[in-house]
Amino acid sequence: MSAPAVPAAYNFAYLDEQTKRMIRRAILKAVAIPGYQVPFASREMPMPYGWGTGGVQVTAAIIGADDVLKVIDQGADDTTNAVSIRAFFAKTAGVATTTRTADATIIQTRHRIPETALKAGQILVFQVPIPEPLRFLEPRETETRTMHALEEYGLMHVKLYEDIARHGHIATTYAYPVKVEGRYVMDPSPIPKFDNPKLGDSPALQLFGAGREKRIYAIPPHTRVESLDFEDHPFEVQRFAEPCGLCGATGAYLDEVILDDRGNRLFVCSDTDFCEERRRAGHCGAKAAAMEPTS
Amino acid sequence: MAPDALSGGFADPGRQSQAVFRALLDAMARPGTTARLGQGVRPPPPLNPAAGAVLATLADEDTPVFLDARLSAQGAVADWLGFHTGAPIVSDPAEAAFAAIADPEGMPPLAAFRLGSDEYPDRSTTLVLQVDGFGGPLPLVLAGPGIARAAELRPHPLPARFAEELRGNRALFPRGVDIVLAATDAIAALPRAVRLIDAGDLPCT
Repeated sequence: MSAPAVPAAYNFAYLDEQTKRMIRRAILKAVAIPGYQVPFASREMPMPYGWGTGGVQVTAAIIGADDVLKVIDQGADDTTNAVSIRAFFAKTAGVATTTRTADATIIQTRHRIPETALKAGQILVFQVPIPEPLRFLEPRETETRTMHALEEYGLMHVKLYEDIARHGHIATTYAYPVKVEGRYVMDPSPIPKFDNPKLGDSPALQLFGAGREKRIYAIPPHTRVESLDFEDHPFEVQRFAEPCGLCGATGAYLDEVILDDRGNRLFVCSDTDFCEERRRAGHCGAKAAAMEPTS
Repeated sequence: MAPDALSGGFADPGRQSQAVFRALLDAMARPGTTARLGQGVRPPPPLNPAAGAVLATLADEDTPVFLDARLSAQGAVADWLGFHTGAPIVSDPAEAAFAAIADPEGMPPLAAFRLGSDEYPDRSTTLVLQVDGFGGPLPLVLAGPGIARAAELRPHPLPARFAEELRGNRALFPRGVDIVLAATDAIAALPRAVRLIDAGDLPCT
């Protein structure tokens, strides 16, 4: 199969070479200082802020003609955001795309880490809305920058403590703050805290791009990443009472689907590729039969 | 300007600089590994092709470049970089975004380069240090981000003071310089987060 020709009106992967150089320099510094947010001159992209302009710029700066790109939005390959970004790079870079996690060399993601374990050589690119983990506690950039410089993260622990005081447990369930290699407190983007354990000691390189906030940061492979917690309130991930209704998976992150107005609901894997692979392999959930199309 | 300053650049800058960048990214993300560079640029000696490719990929008018005494001895290297990247050449290592070193023995101490600030540690020099190869007698045993347990790298030649300076650079973290080691057709990296350990101190698996 031949890749579609790249329209001559665009540079390869849309961005001009000087912009790519600037982003590449920021990415290399981000990798060298794990968890530190490197400012970069974010460009306007042909999509609105909030649709992954940071992730798209990072992907555009790293992608080559031989790469195989997968894009997911909340774990799904088939939502508007994921389909659009995949089509964007198929058109402007002529790269091959896939929905299979194992086949991809670059995976751009909005708010999930795939269930299938990543491999060395793969790069995971996160779309990040608010890169500063301290922003809701301290709105001034000058102050948060000083707090990172001084490694002054007491405020974040106060926030988690207030969760415990109010709810009896740490109520933060997504964008759960982590400490990278014992130094920088970092926002892992709004992934469910279920995915936090996958951030540390990953064989894959993880890059984070925030377009509106103009920051790039990174977690190199095999880096220590700890979710913040207390000795008497250790970090815990979500657990689900029942397995996936379609593929029967336990230990995967599930989405709740409301089926009707009589309280019927279905829990299914948020990672569509993972769920489909399992069903193809013969795994079957309790509600799979009821979900078959009836035409 | 020597006429050969105009030749020897990337034939297909978009595609080739992407390939060099990915090799660099891989080297920076996995210290201790070496990444091969394919056919790329042909800079005037004593700038080697790998160092030339790294600079042609990353340097531009926004990034002051420092050249060591050996590279600035003839004007050919500065002319070539000027034509192919547009980068200004600076003589003060503390101003440099990139520093190309052809003579590691005679290089300024690492602390003489731009080290960044506590608030902006990224505003620091990336050294491009030319070496003959990665088969030297003395291993640097590395640990830290990007390394599963420990990794070994044998760049040579390096000055005897290098290991001590690298430890000093790590002590400044998150400030400090990052180093790209460039042999003729392969590169490796020593990002600032890397720690030098004694071979006897290998962590247990």
